[in-house]
Amino acid sequence: MNLSRLFLESRVEKTSAWLKGLWVMLILLLAGILTTGVMGGSAGVSQGGWASVWKYRDVFWQGWLLTILISLLSLAASSLIGLGAALARRSRILPLRSTALLYVEVVRGTPLLAQILFLFYVVANGVGLQDRIVAGVLILSLFSGAYLAEMIRAGIEAIPSTQLESARAIGFTELQTYRYVIAPQALRQILPPLAGQFASLIKDSSLLSIIGIGEFTLAAQQVNSATYRTLESYLPLAVGYLALTLPISLISKMLERHLCYET
Amino acid sequence: MKLEALGITKSFGQGNLRRNVLDDLTLNVDFPHVLALLGPSGGGKSTLLRVIAGLERPDDGLILLNGTPVPFTDKSEATLRDYRRSLGVVFQAFNLFPHLTALQNISLPLTAVHGLTEDAAKERALGVMDRLGLADHREKLPGQLSGGQRQRVAIARALAVKPRFLLFDEPTSALDPEMTSEVLTLIAELRKEGTPMLLVTHEMGFARKIADQVAFLGEGRVLEQEPAGEFFSNPRSLEAQRFLAKVLAY
Repeated sequence: MNLSRLFLESRVEKTSAWLKGLWVMLILLLAGILTTGVMGGSAGVSQGGWASVWKYRDVFWQGWLLTILISLLSLAASSLIGLGAALARRSRILPLRSTALLYVEVVRGTPLLAQILFLFYVVANGVGLQDRIVAGVLILSLFSGAYLAEMIRAGIEAIPSTQLESARAIGFTELQTYRYVIAPQALRQILPPLAGQFASLIKDSSLLSIIGIGEFTLAAQQVNSATYRTLESYLPLAVGYLALTLPISLISKMLERHLCYET
Repeated sequence: MKLEALGITKSFGQGNLRRNVLDDLTLNVDFPHVLALLGPSGGGKSTLLRVIAGLERPDDGLILLNGTPVPFTDKSEATLRDYRRSLGVVFQAFNLFPHLTALQNISLPLTAVHGLTEDAAKERALGVMDRLGLADHREKLPGQLSGGQRQRVAIARALAVKPRFLLFDEPTSALDPEMTSEVLTLIAELRKEGTPMLLVTHEMGFARKIADQVAFLGEGRVLEQEPAGEFFSNPRSLEAQRFLAKVLAY
């Protein structure tokens, strides 16, 4: 009864029910794996599988913090890049428009992994950029910025032309039109995909492990190669990412309700 | 108010599809209160109103208001924007900002464009809302208002900037009959206050009652221009006779 309610009402209640369900499943899964892991482990190695990984908790912690740092920096930078590219794509100046289009198409048409390898080993090395973290943030921002640009552009273009006409009739300058009319309405439109993109950004940062940035995924890999405990190394990895992405979708849902209005 | 249009031409479209919506239109009219622009759909009424409102630049021609030309020849957008700021335009689809309350819709142009302080803008906006019977709707979003109420808020927004004149582009076309009368009553009341009005409408009975002068447009030209009473009782042009026979048939 309780379980069926969880599924049936999830559509009506929208946020709370499905999120609750997700948490419940997550905790059950975690608890199940934890108990079997601990029991199975305790028989073999003296301290058990979890205990041997526990010694490396600092490695996890450092990696997780670095992932947060990289994500936050990339979030800020990619927002600026995305906004700039979206405005450039709407610009009256043709070279600006075509450059932005080229950027968006190239980035969206190639895999992130290929971009990381190319930009780091070819471009960053070429210009002498040694700092891996800075390079990683830049690569991730360029990648995410292209997707954000398209979302922002779509949000701006979804605003009815009557709104812009009204703004002109009132005598708003172009800047005022963006500030008072376009930005608040576009933001409301693109909030859900925006939150999704920011969650993607966090997850995509895991690929930076390929160029030796000691973020969360690389940390887990290191713990694994030191302990040979795959489950105990990689389960915290998954949970650690979820702990970052779930709040984002929750906050997005709250904001959506807060900004809700009828057109 | 004295309105002169000299050889206004405006075309839309590309290549073979290009056609003149306003075709060397000339008009010279003096009206104390209300000028109604009437005519069949596609005749150019709304385009003429949008040109007079400074929302469209004509391809050719000149508009004079009380002898002063509308600054179309100056290519800078800022001059034309200053001109637009001196007017109030009311649209068919209300065009309120959906994310702002009724009060904010009215006060935002006052603070952002007309340099009033927040307090002064709020005071003036509230004054206009009270006068237009909108006192109960201050904090509502446009989505929470009926069509008639929305249009009254839009009129309040146009009125609050103390415009030189008001332009109405089919203000009741999107409303049902009851709300139409609600808005028309308001416009009739505004007539008494002295701000000149330019009105594009399909409400013939209303135009007859409220307008001083009528300009009848067809095929991008003014086909007839007369005092409203004469136009409705005794239209001279064949097109106006046909038009009135059709719209007044039912």
